[in-house]
This record gives sequence, C-alpha cells and structure tokens, in this order.
Amino acid sequence: MKNRARLVTGIITLLAVCAMWYLTTQATHLISTGRFPSPADVYTAARQISHPPGYANATIWQHIVQSLELVVLGFLVAAATGVPLGIAMGLSPRFEAFVNPVFLMIRPVPPLAWIPLAVVWFGLSAAAQIFVVWFAAFVPALINAYTGVRTVDRTLIEAARIHGASRRRLLTDVIVPGALPFIFTGLRLSLQASWTTLIAAQLVGSIAGLGHVLIVASIDIYPGMIFYGMLWVAILGAAMTFVLAQTERLAMPWHQ
Amino acid sequence: MSVRRRDLIALSFAGTAVFFGVWWLVASNKHVNALILPDPVKVIATFVYLTSHTFANYTIQQHLGSSLLRFTYGFVLAAVIGVPLGLAMGWLRWLDYIVSPLFEAVRFVAPIAWVPFAVLWFGTGIGGPVLIIFAGAFPPCLVNAYRGARHVDRNLIEAAQTLGASDRTIIFQVLLPAALPSIVAGLRISAGLGWQSLIGAELIVVSAGIGYLMVQGQSNLDTAIVMSGMIAIGLVGVAIDVALRQLERLVGGTRGMA
Repeated sequence: MKNRARLVTGIITLLAVCAMWYLTTQATHLISTGRFPSPADVYTAARQISHPPGYANATIWQHIVQSLELVVLGFLVAAATGVPLGIAMGLSPRFEAFVNPVFLMIRPVPPLAWIPLAVVWFGLSAAAQIFVVWFAAFVPALINAYTGVRTVDRTLIEAARIHGASRRRLLTDVIVPGALPFIFTGLRLSLQASWTTLIAAQLVGSIAGLGHVLIVASIDIYPGMIFYGMLWVAILGAAMTFVLAQTERLAMPWHQ
Repeated sequence: MSVRRRDLIALSFAGTAVFFGVWWLVASNKHVNALILPDPVKVIATFVYLTSHTFANYTIQQHLGSSLLRFTYGFVLAAVIGVPLGLAMGWLRWLDYIVSPLFEAVRFVAPIAWVPFAVLWFGTGIGGPVLIIFAGAFPPCLVNAYRGARHVDRNLIEAAQTLGASDRTIIFQVLLPAALPSIVAGLRISAGLGWQSLIGAELIVVSAGIGYLMVQGQSNLDTAIVMSGMIAIGLVGVAIDVALRQLERLVGGTRGMA
C-alpha cells in the first residue's frame, strides 16, 4: 500500500506541475515565453527539428546519433584501458608504485578542464570530444577496478592457489568475478561522467550533437528548443543508466 | 609477494621520471610546435609568470578569486536549500512523495545542460554560473541528507517520543546529529561536482575566472596557459576536498560522544 500511495502522489504531482506549466505560460502568460517556453513552443521546436533540414545543421535524430556514437566510443575506450590498468595496479604493488604518482597528479584535474586542451590539440573534431570523454570515464573505471581487486577475499585466492589454479585461472575465475561489483560501480560512474562531459564538450566546441543544439538555441534565444534539447539529454542519460544496470544484472546473476 | 619498501619508492620515482622524460622528449622534438606542446619547465614558468602578470585582464590569482566567489555562492545555496529539504523529506512522508518524482525527473539533466537557461534567466555575470554550480552541487546535498534522515535508528526516535520530547527537540537532538556524517559526506561530493560544473560554466559564459583564462589561452593556441589553468584548478580542487575531509573527520569523531 505504501508503494501505491507513493506512485499515486507522484503521478498527481507531475500532472499538477504540467498543468501549472500550461497555465502560467500558455494560458495566462504569467511567465513570458521569452524566458520559459510554453508547451506549444516546445511542440513547435520538436516538429521543426524532427524533419529535415532540422535545426543547427541536422535533425534531432542525427544529433542524437552523433552524441551517442561519441559517448559510447569514449566510454568503451575508457573501460578497455581503465579496467585492465586498475586490475594490474591491484595485482602488482610494483606496477602500482610505478603508475600511481602520475595518476595522482592528473586525477584532481576535472574532465571538463581538459576541454580547452583537447580543442588546441585536436580542433573542433570528434577526436577532441572522444579524448575528453575518455578521460572523464577513465578515472572512475580505473579506481574502482583497483579497489575491487584489492577487496577480493584473500582466503579465496589462497584456496584457489592451494588447489593448483594457474595464474590465468586465478585471474579469470577468482579475481575478476570477485572484483566485478566494484568494476560495475566504476562503469556506472564512468558513464554518467562521460555523458556530462560530452555535452559540455559539444557546448564549447563542436559542429553537431545535442550540446551543439543547446548552444545554438541559446545564441538564437529559442527557449522551446533549449527545453527540447535538455529533454533529450535527460532521456538519453536515464536510458544509458538503465541499460548499464541491466547489463550488470546479466553479468552478475549471483549478485542481486 | 613481499616487496621491499625501498623498491616501491624507487619505482614511484622511476614512474614520475618516465612520465616527465617522455613529455620532455616529445616537446623538444623539432617537429612538435612548442605552442601546442610546451615542455614541463615552460609550463611551470608560465604559471609563475601568470601570478604576477595579467592575462585576459587579470592575474591568475584574481581569476581564481572570482571563480571561488561564484563557487561559494552556488555551493552555499545548494547546501542551504538541499540539506534542509532532504532532512524534511526524510522526516515527512508526504513531502517525500511530492518532491521525489520531480527530483527524479530533473536529475538526469546534466548540470552543464542548464547553461542556456542559466544565461537566459540570470545573464553571464554571476547569476548564470551560480545556477550551473547549484545544479551540480544540489543533488548530493539533498540525497545524502535524505538518506541520513531515513537511516536514523527508529528506536532512538521512538525512545525520545516516549520520553516526551517535542518534534523540535527530536529534530535537533536526534535526527540532525545522527544524519550529520551522511550530510557531510554529501557536502564533500557536492563540492567536487560544483567545482567541476563551475569550470564548465566558465568555459562557456563568463568574462573572468579560471575557466575563462583557459578559453583565452585556447583561442591563442597557447597550451602553456591552458595547462597553468589546469594546474590551478587541480590545486584548488584538492584544497577544497582536503578541507571537507577534515570536516568529515571532525564530525565522525564527535559522533556518539555527547
């Protein structure tokens, strides 16, 4: 019953907010549509950008594909580099000692602060955005893989060793599965950081993508389009988090 | 498995040396433009130079000063609204039911995506960036205060009620002290996110501040200035984190002593 009360109140609240939105903007013009769009403005913007020629050089679908491509690419490269490096650091104290000082120096610089550097190095290209997304996702992926390996139960490792497990089997059957919950936590943080960073990178310097839509709409003072762009940023952010959560459940059926 | 401590320290130095060595080698290559990749010494020299000479109208300290001012406004605003609201949501179920769906609906908008509305509503001076910092710093404040209030031992509250404590007394003597560690942890996370969002905001909208310094360095294709900005941002970020870590320890230490 408690959950039902929560659900009903939630739906009523959201409906009330939508009704208030309509009343204050469209019906009474209490809030000027130059400041915040009315539902009709958002609808107009949505229609304009959905069909060619679209807005800011492309339709919304092309912008979405562009953004998703870059975020997935950057995220995958980060996961493919950060997780193995983190595992290696967790396994070998020597390797950790070798890499850690440099990592500690670079880590406090937030991903967004790499954007100007990326633009100097790679221009307004996709490479600049992938570089920044990679950095944003790399740090949490590495830290959590490292922590995961370090928290694997020592007894399990010793037991596997006594039973004659090879180094390789030890890694694939004991250490990686043991570290998996942490690795996934890291990947979730990575994905969120990637998305925020990509939007920022596209706001600062790009020729397509959702961030580009936002900045063009901002320059044009087009509130309806700003709202619609933000809506897609939120929807895709939520969708990616959901997909990763599902993957996590599939990868770790024992960890519910 | 036993590795001698001395070996590890030597390896740490070796790793650092390799990093700077490779950087130096690449930077001193004739085919690499010194403006695109300056060597480490040039970056340090530029950083020092910027402390006494103005670039983009101000010295690096003045840029940092205006960034920190904006950060403080946004962060304090987030804490002052987020923490009490989170606590109230943990305490009053109806408020939780009303605010939660709204919060969930807005949560997935990346803080930086607020830039266009921030500019439209509050301009590019101080109001716009403050809204973006607020958007970054607000969620952890609220979520952690809420969790702190929800995880207070029910027995403690019921005991206080049985002994005749008023709601006010319970909130200030039981709820708040018990939720404090969680709140402070939330503040630390939100300071980090707020600082990040500030950099994003300054890259786009303002005419002073450390992010602006970097953008100006970028348009001059002067990597040494961009890197100086990155160093300054990193140092301040670490300083903020250390300060809040101290606060965290302080709060953790007093817990259960009263």
